[in-house]
Amino acid sequence: MKNTTHTFRIGISCLAWGALCILPLSAQDAPDVGPHPAVPRPKMESHIGNVTGHSDSSRAHYDYRRYCAGCHGDLGDGNGENAQWIDPKPRDFSAAVFKCRSTPTGTLPTDDDLFNTIGRGVTNSNMPVWNTFDPQQKADLIAYIKTFSPRWEKEKAGQPITIPPEPPVTIESISHGKALFTKLECWKCHGPQGKGDGPSAATLTDSKDQPIRPYNFAEGGNDSRFKCGSTNQDIYRIFMTGVDGTPMPSFADTIQPNDAWDLVHFLRTLQVHRHSKENDVLKAAGGKIPPYVEKEAPAAQPPSGPAGGGK
Amino acid sequence: MRTCNPCIAVAVVILSPTLMLAGTISGKVTYTGTPVKQKPISMAKEPSCEKQHPTPITTETVVTGANNTLENVVVYISAGGDEANAPSQAVTFTQKGCQYLPHVIALHTGQELHVVNGDQTSHNIHPMAKANPEWNKSQPPGAPPIVQKFDNAEFISVKCQIHPWMHGWFAVLKTNHYSITGDGGAFSLPNLPPGKYTVAAWHEDYGTQTQDITITGNETKSIDFSFKAKAY
Repeated sequence: MKNTTHTFRIGISCLAWGALCILPLSAQDAPDVGPHPAVPRPKMESHIGNVTGHSDSSRAHYDYRRYCAGCHGDLGDGNGENAQWIDPKPRDFSAAVFKCRSTPTGTLPTDDDLFNTIGRGVTNSNMPVWNTFDPQQKADLIAYIKTFSPRWEKEKAGQPITIPPEPPVTIESISHGKALFTKLECWKCHGPQGKGDGPSAATLTDSKDQPIRPYNFAEGGNDSRFKCGSTNQDIYRIFMTGVDGTPMPSFADTIQPNDAWDLVHFLRTLQVHRHSKENDVLKAAGGKIPPYVEKEAPAAQPPSGPAGGGK
Repeated sequence: MRTCNPCIAVAVVILSPTLMLAGTISGKVTYTGTPVKQKPISMAKEPSCEKQHPTPITTETVVTGANNTLENVVVYISAGGDEANAPSQAVTFTQKGCQYLPHVIALHTGQELHVVNGDQTSHNIHPMAKANPEWNKSQPPGAPPIVQKFDNAEFISVKCQIHPWMHGWFAVLKTNHYSITGDGGAFSLPNLPPGKYTVAAWHEDYGTQTQDITITGNETKSIDFSFKAKAY
């Protein structure tokens, strides 16, 4: 009789404190602190060099909730509690659309791309440089964010674009780059001086219908960076792959590789406060970019080729 | 008798495609209420396009015709049809005068799409896909067509961000039986073997309606759709 009463009392208290009775049993891995219940997620991996990241490591779960969820949200949908204060908005991992890729537009980035983004941070946004994470932590987090979209189970990362070696910077390559900047109408958004004030700039919205500004090349000092890196190779990669989820399209189908390097050289000169070999070449040429003279068969003989140095 | 009809239908379909019974579903799409007034588009920022439109074109979110008919409605077989393969012929989507021609296209999953730039200005083609990869490509004047495919069915909003007034739709379907209403709001879905079908009508602003209908032989069945106009 005494036993029965005791069991009955536990039963009653479990009914009354239902949540407390069930929670410790169902959430054994790690406490689920967010407003949303934990959902079963696929087990994903990432591979960066010889480091393998695991989405189900308790560290990934902890790190994501401790460092990422505040902005990117518990469900990875970019709706963390800080998101309302942030512009541009945090990435929505459930859409699996990423800005900084080495892969063609519309494809998933490589694990290395995501690794670089975490280590680099995203200029002009609230995404900081995560120097504090060791490679294993970053790899685990990359595997973890793959659990938010089924795309990672169905698709492979795109094939990274090929970047040919950079030809030397010449005033001709800068001049041809400027002609491309005009012809491809980069200035429609980025402005004639690259100040982000082109005629279409004010109307731009990202894929979530949020207003977004085109990159202002002229802003910033000697340490100015692009969203997806700071080297000439990074600039090349940005306009050839496009910045997915934003109005910035891919030019891979429309710019020949050598032409692309000429455009890179010109874009550097728009960074007026940044020291660069391009600005040195421009200064040596008198500070003015000469008009570009169309050569015959530009595809067969790129203007930036070694024979082109007319001086 | 009741059990025989489908047998005959199946036998006819398999054995003699030339003698195949084929019905047609046709009708009209209309609206009730007052649609929102479409706004004139200023292309002052793109003179090469502006001069192609002596009378400014308007937005095309709701395009109506006489007698309350509704255009740009994609009417298609959403259930019951054969999920036939994509036709080998490509569907063309043209940018001309900084306008998408036509405003809405429909294509089969896996069917080739050719995006053509007929303008003297660069466009960027940015389909805001959700179920398919979201890509965004630049297309300067004179560039070859952009060739793409979509593997999953969905209605994709397409934008050019250089010219923010440019907006269109890709209706990616799992069927070749579709019809987009034009002037007069009429549609026709021919070559339907006997069977039970669900016909869906999709409009970019008014959403989707469906109706079930059965085709028993060589017949034309008429159905109409009516959408309630949104005030804004």
